[in-house]
Amino acid sequence: MIRVTGVGKRFPGGYEALRDLAFSVEGGRFVALVGPSGCGKSTVLSLIAGLDAPSAGSISVREQPVTGVGDGVGFLFQRDALMPWKTVFDNVAMPLRLRRRPAAEIARRTDDWIARVGLRGFERHYPHQLSGGMRKRVALAQTLVYEPEIILMDEPFSALDVQTRDLMEDELLQLWQGSGKTIVFVTHDLEEAIALADEVIVMTAAPGRVKARYDVTLPRPRVIEEVRADPRFGELYRAMWNDLRSEVLESYARANAVV
Amino acid sequence: MREQTQSFNRWNVIAMQVAVTVGVLALWEIGGRSGFIDKLFFSKPSDIAAQIGDWYRHGYILGDVVTTMSETLAGLVVGSLVGIVLGVLLASNRFLGAVFEPLLVLLNSIPRVTLVPLFILWFGFRFEAKMMSAIVLVLFVVFFATYAGIKDVDPTLVASARILGASRADIVRHVLMPSALTWIFSSLRSAVGFALIGAVVAEYFGANAGVGYRIQYSESNFNTAGVFAGLAILMTLVTFVDLFIRWVQSRLIVWKPTAI
Repeated sequence: MIRVTGVGKRFPGGYEALRDLAFSVEGGRFVALVGPSGCGKSTVLSLIAGLDAPSAGSISVREQPVTGVGDGVGFLFQRDALMPWKTVFDNVAMPLRLRRRPAAEIARRTDDWIARVGLRGFERHYPHQLSGGMRKRVALAQTLVYEPEIILMDEPFSALDVQTRDLMEDELLQLWQGSGKTIVFVTHDLEEAIALADEVIVMTAAPGRVKARYDVTLPRPRVIEEVRADPRFGELYRAMWNDLRSEVLESYARANAVV
Repeated sequence: MREQTQSFNRWNVIAMQVAVTVGVLALWEIGGRSGFIDKLFFSKPSDIAAQIGDWYRHGYILGDVVTTMSETLAGLVVGSLVGIVLGVLLASNRFLGAVFEPLLVLLNSIPRVTLVPLFILWFGFRFEAKMMSAIVLVLFVVFFATYAGIKDVDPTLVASARILGASRADIVRHVLMPSALTWIFSSLRSAVGFALIGAVVAEYFGANAGVGYRIQYSESNFNTAGVFAGLAILMTLVTFVDLFIRWVQSRLIVWKPTAI
């Protein structure tokens, strides 16, 4: 579904975020990318989304090289990306309106998704009137309403408090299970990665490459609380943390050297 | 929560404002009557009020106000529209912005008053000269606000709109314009003042009607009460237009937290 081949990214300032990165994601899989901060995880997502172009190598989605923002891709941003001047309804309806869908269909699909993320009754609220968790649900509905095959998620829950975060992770799994959608989920949180994903890719410190990959064979459907208690969860966590630790230390050392 | 952090309430503020205004007017009146303030140069509130009453009886006020307001509003509307269109264009197209933004900064450094004689040469004492004078003041205020407002937009919102399927035109409509609208409205409030200045200054240079003409005429007759009466009328006009713009603004920008 997604193939990343020999990708490098150097920004105009000279910073090299990625070098010779290669991995592929099969359709319908939930893949997590973890790595120390600054390792280029988020950059990978904007390259797959077509928001930015790689400096070297190539990326293809559904066997087609990525040349710009494609139609079947969704993106959940780390920061709030709802239009503050649009109500919940108008935000969720926005991708359908941009696709010039018939009004009746827009109303039906928008209402349906607002209900599915548990926000019925909040249609006419503006984002500033909602809590952080509710805003994330709106963003989720806004992405799912146009049914992209691929959803890229850039630490979407990192700004939420721990309880809300667990709830959102469970809801995400419920919405995703059986949908057949492909998810690439960037996080720096190993627990989150293991609990959610089928497969975890550990990246090196910048310039980011693939350091290791793990299959997470924990059974589905999963419930976040229960998954954490599974003995295999602990084994995977220790193995991954072993890989990640040296990269995190290197990333810290480099950050301190720069300062 | 707001009630607790504010140690004064709205009515106290208004009462204080009225008290200060009445106090200053009373001191002025007393000073004028006692001869402490020279009436020839500074007039006094009762004379100014009498002058306004006199103009009203002669039917000058309505005519002057309509003349000045139509020049002001025409200048405001045309100047704002041109400013908004230029701002959107130059802020959303990097090449055009790089070429024209410095030129507009340069043009903005011209003292606009010096252009008025030119407008009078081109258009005579007609409406267009006053409108042009208002336009060249309003245009820059609104342009720079629009330009800054669009440059200020959160890049994440633009990226998000692109992902959701927005074309360039969609981005202008759904992201850039709404984001710039707060900036545009705050600039419109100062633009009203500028439009009025433009119109009145042009009237002052040469006209046969309008509040600016009335002030200039009074001044040439050593009628200081007339000058102040003209100023009082102008202040009243600006206050009403400002209230109107704030009302429109509160209707259009409902998505912001009301704390500000």
